[in-house]
Amino acid sequence: MSQVSLGMPKIASYGSGNLFATEPFPQAAHRELANTQLRANLGHATRTIREKRIGVVSELPDWEELREAGSVLKQQVMADLPRLLVQLEENVTRRGGTVHWARDAQEANEIVTGLIRAEGATEVVKVKSMATQETGLNEYLEEQGIAAYETDLAELIVQLGHDKPSHILVPAIHKNRTEIRDIFLAGMAGVDPELTDDPRQLAMAARTHLRRKFLTAKVAVSGANFAIADSGTLAVVESEGNGRMCLTLPETLITVMGIEKLVPTFQDLEVFMALLPRSSTGERMNPYTSLWTGVTEGDGPQNFHLVLLDNGRTAALADEMGRSALHCIRCSACMNVCPVYERTGGHAYGSTYPGPIGAILSPLMTGIEAEENNSLPYASSLCGACFDACPVKINIPEILVHLRGKDVDAQHAKRKLPSQMDVGMTVAKVALSSGRNLGLAEKGLPLGKLAAGPDRLIKRLPGLAGGWTQSRDIPAPPAQSFRDWWKKEHVPTADTAAGTGENA
Amino acid sequence: MSAREEILDRIRAALSDQPAVPPVPRDYRRTSGLDAQALVALLVDRLVDYKANVFVEESDGVSGRIGGLLAGAGQFVIPPGLPAAWLAFDTEPARAVVDSLESPLSIARLDAMDAVLTSSAVSVAETGTIVLDGSADQGRRAISLVPDHHVCVVPVESIAGILPEALQRLDGTRPLTLISGPSATSDIELERVEGVHGPRRLDVIIAV
Repeated sequence: MSQVSLGMPKIASYGSGNLFATEPFPQAAHRELANTQLRANLGHATRTIREKRIGVVSELPDWEELREAGSVLKQQVMADLPRLLVQLEENVTRRGGTVHWARDAQEANEIVTGLIRAEGATEVVKVKSMATQETGLNEYLEEQGIAAYETDLAELIVQLGHDKPSHILVPAIHKNRTEIRDIFLAGMAGVDPELTDDPRQLAMAARTHLRRKFLTAKVAVSGANFAIADSGTLAVVESEGNGRMCLTLPETLITVMGIEKLVPTFQDLEVFMALLPRSSTGERMNPYTSLWTGVTEGDGPQNFHLVLLDNGRTAALADEMGRSALHCIRCSACMNVCPVYERTGGHAYGSTYPGPIGAILSPLMTGIEAEENNSLPYASSLCGACFDACPVKINIPEILVHLRGKDVDAQHAKRKLPSQMDVGMTVAKVALSSGRNLGLAEKGLPLGKLAAGPDRLIKRLPGLAGGWTQSRDIPAPPAQSFRDWWKKEHVPTADTAAGTGENA
Repeated sequence: MSAREEILDRIRAALSDQPAVPPVPRDYRRTSGLDAQALVALLVDRLVDYKANVFVEESDGVSGRIGGLLAGAGQFVIPPGLPAAWLAFDTEPARAVVDSLESPLSIARLDAMDAVLTSSAVSVAETGTIVLDGSADQGRRAISLVPDHHVCVVPVESIAGILPEALQRLDGTRPLTLISGPSATSDIELERVEGVHGPRRLDVIIAV
């Protein structure tokens, strides 16, 4: 590490844990698309949430002003991150908390395990947390002989079903009520065998199942939605009250948080708490938000540990074009509006972070060459719906294109010989470099017409271009190019020639 | 090198281009300009939308309303600093059990309580949000969480129009709980169902 102290730029340290696509996205997407039940469930859920979101967003006359403020606030946080993190650490420490730093997933898991062991606990209750999902904490704890109980309803469904989350807000979005009922009947000890698929009954079954755990747990593990630098205050935004239970009743609270979750001041919550609930669950405000600063004597946990996690965030920060992906407040609006996500679901992305934000965040945090993450930036039609929906205005399509470029460069660097695409691009570069060259190239059009045959369709192209004709035909090119046609139709007269000359 | 130093070094290296950031444009609304009557009407509308039970009472009607709402309850927990007048309905033998920082009830005892009665620090009319800040008339966070029925009084002067106005009135370093309706979940097909782990019944009395 000596190069750092010499002021040399350091090679990016990429993230580990659950951040990887393990197979190329197109392959995973093909499989998921074949699951018609999944598509029906996702279609229903995302349609519901889109309508709710648009209703509460259009209610606010200053939505765009709030988005702009949120975007610039996050830019400020990123530009000033070292100072704000140190400020947060000082304030949490002054208020009786302990701050830990974790370079990667493994280190975070080890820190949390050590803290749980120090309390002599063998089980913990957990509030839904993307950071610990990312580090694979539950699996790690299990290996260490510590049972972690997820208490968010959707996380509970995923855990009882031995499944993986497929959405960052509603991890069980891919399951419908009947499937959830079946999971509860199979996996929930002591559940009423008469349980129906009425969502209210299912929620009550979860309440009964977890109540004893909440009331007796000694240690809780949470994530955080926001950390306020100038006061050392942490915030958890939730709906069910499982968050309040975990943040209030146990003696020890361990919070794992990405280093990008900072906001500068308490007052800045006025922006993010307006943006987040409306964008995520489509509510004016979520049922419960808890804010705590260190330890409050006699009220809530008397031991508080904050684990600050890098795990590839600094690598994302080092990418000037991509760093705004770290502005993400994990609302999930981009997933709910994405035509690709809506059809493939979250599992196709492999990483903890699916959907449009995951397609940029995962490769930014792991490096574009890690496993199959280079396929993720292509998991988009670049329609831009995610950008419009993003409450902090992350320009996801622009970053997707940027990352595609990085992927192409990485592929180039690996190859000794030019690829078909390289050859094609070189030809196109020459052809499109001047009108004259293009005119010459277009002389070849009748050849294409010939190739199309009597049904005037080209059904199969050779080589790389074959990908295009795999699922569609190309209509035969016309006998003459537009330029040739124009020349024939528009014989210049004295005045049109003068006019076009001016405007050209 | 410690993880702390290494991460801070990584961040500094990542920011070596020294990104320029414009000042934060705060062009969003920071005041609502609503009068007391409009604030109450808006808050009632929003709370009802969340399926809370809402009652608007003159100050001499608050105790009677609380008594009515707690009529079916056995023992209920209260924080140490509630206005005595609110408890006028609670005749001997008193059903109210006081919880305080100095003598807190055990979790098991709280779980045996039928209800909790608290005041509140600030409310936000536009979002239907009630904020508890652990003051003596609101108590420890656990008391408004474990019992299944929360009766919460909102003094009219504590109602702010929108969130920026509310945050200005709060001390961010106190343990804060923002409550917007009874506990709920949208985790099954994104349909909202009220009542999960937090109090399933939320009664709000707006004291005008």
